[in-house]
Parts: sequence; C-alpha cells; structure tokens
Amino acid sequence: MHVAAPPTVPPALANEAPRARIAPLVPRPLIVLALVMGTAVWWLPAVGLYAYLGVEIAIFMLYAQGYNLLLGHSGLPSFGHGAFFGVGAYAFGLVHKHVVVNLWIDLAAAVLVAAVAGALVAAFISHRRGIYYALLTIAFGQLAWFVAIKWHSVTGGEDGLLNLKRPVLDLGVAQLSLARNEALFVFVLVLLVVVVLGCWRFVHSPAGRVLACIRQNEMRARFLGYRVWAFKFAVFVLSAAIAGLAGGLFAMAQQSAYPNVMSLHQSGFVVMMVLVGGGLASFWGPLVGAAFFILARDLLGAYTETWLLWYGLTFMALVLWKPEGIAGMAADVARRIARARP
Amino acid sequence: MTALFEATGLHKRFGDRVVLEDISLAFHAGTTTGIMGPNGAGKTTCFNVLTGHYRPDRGRVAMDGADITGLAPQDIVRRGVARSFQAINLFDQETAQDNLVVALPRVRARAHRALRDLARDTAAQDEAAALLARVGLAGRERTIAKDLSYGERRALEIALALATSPRIVFLDEPTSGLGANGTARLAELIGELKRRFTIVMIEHDMRFLFRLAERIHVIHWGQVIASGTPDELRGNAWVQRSSLGAA
Repeated sequence: MHVAAPPTVPPALANEAPRARIAPLVPRPLIVLALVMGTAVWWLPAVGLYAYLGVEIAIFMLYAQGYNLLLGHSGLPSFGHGAFFGVGAYAFGLVHKHVVVNLWIDLAAAVLVAAVAGALVAAFISHRRGIYYALLTIAFGQLAWFVAIKWHSVTGGEDGLLNLKRPVLDLGVAQLSLARNEALFVFVLVLLVVVVLGCWRFVHSPAGRVLACIRQNEMRARFLGYRVWAFKFAVFVLSAAIAGLAGGLFAMAQQSAYPNVMSLHQSGFVVMMVLVGGGLASFWGPLVGAAFFILARDLLGAYTETWLLWYGLTFMALVLWKPEGIAGMAADVARRIARARP
Repeated sequence: MTALFEATGLHKRFGDRVVLEDISLAFHAGTTTGIMGPNGAGKTTCFNVLTGHYRPDRGRVAMDGADITGLAPQDIVRRGVARSFQAINLFDQETAQDNLVVALPRVRARAHRALRDLARDTAAQDEAAALLARVGLAGRERTIAKDLSYGERRALEIALALATSPRIVFLDEPTSGLGANGTARLAELIGELKRRFTIVMIEHDMRFLFRLAERIHVIHWGQVIASGTPDELRGNAWVQRSSLGAA
C-alpha cells in the first residue's frame, strides 16, 4: 500500500534529518560558556575589562535567554518585556527595603511578582496573534513604566529605590558576601547556567515542542486538540519570571531599582540582543547577542557617545543580510570548515 | 439508529451573505460519505462549522448524541473528530515523524511536561513511524515536512488527522493538486482507511468520490439539494443536469 507520489526531491538534496536525536542533558556550548565565563574573573582584567561588566553580561544573557523562549522559540513578539525586568527589580528592592534583607527571599519575590505580572498580561493577550499581540505587549509595558514613574510613594518615582544592599549569600554552612563584583559575578553565573539548562530542557520537552509547532502553525495545533492559549499563557509567564529574576539581580548589582529599565527603548534592547545574536535560528543566539550588546555599549561607548547609532546600523545590516544573526554566521563558518576538511 | 455525528438545521452567514441555510446531515459509524457541489457552494464552510472553526448562527451539531455546537476545535478534536484541510496545513520546519508525534493523544496528554525530552518517548516515535508507513511515507520519517513532495505532503496531512486517533475524519478535497497516479494511490489509502474510520470527504473528483463513498450529499447555494447513494445520484435529474454525476 502506497499513497504518496515518489519523492520529487532527489535524495541527495533532500533535507534528511538524522534519526530523532535526544538532546544531551548538558549541552556542549553550555559547558564552554561555563568554562569561559567561570574563568573570566582571571582573564577579564588582562583584556582591559572589569568584573562588573561580567555581572551585567551574565544578567542580560539570562534575561535574553528567557525572552527568547517567547520570541525565537514560540514566535510571540513581546515588545514590552522590560516591564517584567523592572517589576522584578522593584519587587527585589521593595521586599529588601520593607520586609526582609535575605538574598533568596528577595530574589524569590522578584521572580514571583514578575510571574504574577506576566500572568496578568498573558491573560489579556494569549488569545491574540501577530500585530495585536505585539501592540498589546507594548501597551502593557508602557503602562508599567508609567506606574513606576508616577507612583512616587512606592517606587520612588524617577529616582527609583536607592541604597539597596547586596544581601549575603547564606548557604547554611557558610555565608558569603556578594559586596565585591567578583563574588556577585560568580553567583549570577551559577544562576545563569541553571536557567540556561532549564530553558534547554524546556525547548526539548513536550511543552517546548508544542510551542515550536504553535509558532509554525497555530491553527493546526488547535486542530490537533491543543489549547493554544494555555501554552502561550504558560510560556509568557515563564519568560516574565526569568525577566524578573534578571531584574532582581540587576537591582542587586546596581544597588538600586529605577524606571528606566522599563522604558520602551530598554524593552527594544532585549529584542535587538536576541535578533543580533541569532535567537531566531539558534538556542545559543541570545547569549551571544547579550554579550555583544553589552560589550559594544562599553567598548564602542568608550570611543563615541553615538555608539548606539553604530550598533543600530549593525542591527539593520544583520536583519537585511543575515537574519540568522551572529549565531547563523558562526554556523556558516563551521559548515565551511567542515566542508573544507578532506 | 443514532448517527455517530449529526448536524441539524445549520445556518451560517457572513454579513449579508447566507453561506449555509438549514443544512442537516447525519454520518453513521463505519460509513464513508461524500460531499460535492460547485465552488462557493458552502462545502468548506460546512466543514468549518462541523469541526468548530466557525460557530453556527443557528442549528445543532452532535457527536454521539451529545451537543458539541460552538465548541472550540480543540474540544471537538478531543471528542474524536479530526480533519484535513484543502490547503495543506503542516508544521513545515518539523520532520514528518515529529509532525505526527505531536499529534498523538499520548503526547497531548503529557504536553504539560516541561523538562523531559520528547525524543525519549520511543513509543510515540514508533507509533508515528508506523502511521507514516501506513500512508506510504516509510523512509521519509526524518525528512523536514517542507522538503516532502506535494503528494507526500498530502499524505502527511491525512496522517496528521489520523494521528489524533479519531472516530470520524473530515477530509477537505484530499485529491486537490494530485495527479492521476497520486489520486489513484490516495483512493487506495482511503479504501483501506474506510474499514477503520468513519470518513466524510469533500471532493471535486467525481470518479474518486463515486468509487469510495457509500452516500453522497450535494450542496449548492448553502443547501443540501440532493442526497443518496452513488447509484441514486447518477440517476438524479438535477445532478445529471449540472453534469456533476457524469463520472
């Protein structure tokens, strides 16, 4: 019994994927990332950089990786994601100032409050698609930013919450101070590795595969019996929670929480990080993009105040000529090297 | 005898345009039913209403006697109703096998799992591979869906509907775009499937339809204008006048 016509694509040209591959529990690029960044405290000064830069890179990597669960993996364009980063920062700061100074509780508050904020927004937008989805995320992002600026008694207005301390890392058997940037960097790096590993497992899980299918054909997913809105809701909440964690860490790093991180252009930065890095084509793109962005800001910014103009031009060039971003370029180079080998 | 799937007095309009008017259809378990009619007659809209894509303005849709009118597609699918589309609707960046894996009820039931690798579910992989073999796609398991030939994509479209373990399958113009060989192979497949599933199909290829269907409904101007067995319809004056029964 045979129904399909003989293949019209010559077997040699057909895109034959290998047998269903089980994703490694710990992927090799993550090991490389951990090694490179884990040793950064020693080599950063040697290349003229400093530990705090590493802290910011790690925080924005975490933020971009969580954001890409939405944009790259699920095809859900959220353009107001800075709101959840900011909500996390404020939640960290408010609990820290008014409830308890405890690293785990303060960070848990950042994650939880951002997740709840994400759930509120997702409840309104998860039935929407495309441009309506994107516009609603912008509207909610602007709403959060406006509230942060105007609600002086709680948020401190435009100044934000100042003089936050970096809580001590209490491991039960030992207490470690995170006052030094080197210590904070190692702490953020550990969280980054855990979150990236979690995201890696998620995108290969049944839930992650269904979201990838929803990105490709939402109607078909619905006609296979999936409650599409529930998946869109869940991934939005997850992404918001990760943004909240990043925001909490950022408040800790900056020892303050302020509304600027929730502004529209700050929300745009994470989109650029993901796209420049190649988040639409590669799981690892957002990590590359976040590092590229922070380094460009710091290195280009040292030479010219117009660094963002040059970064923007780079972004435009990539979108026009290499939409797969830096990760796509790296994959091309790897393919060429592989072909060139005898 | 209670019909497996029944629609009674369906009405649907888009603005001023009445697309379905008092459509009543009944599909009994184990039968293959054809729906024919000219372009724009309302056949696909009828499918869209029956499978939950559109809510009817009036009328009732029932499965096993239970009212499913206006339910969302995902809720109707979970009751054992599957469909294929006239325009091929696949997950184009996934392999043929992964398309089917996602469609399996066993995977759907565990879709909330967020950490276990789906590729480790070998039972689901095997079930999908077996289904691919049944529709003639053995050996194409790991081919990306967009790289399949048109005929293969048609077969995958049907397999995707079958993968949901349906009790009734709605096929919207399954031969659309197929050549003579592809149509012959599809007829062979549906001939085999009709022993296991209740099938309802919209089709323009009269030879195909009259060969496979036990009962045919003719829809024109949003109404059922004739119903009967292929033999009865061949003799129907209206069908002969409109040249639809020439097969």
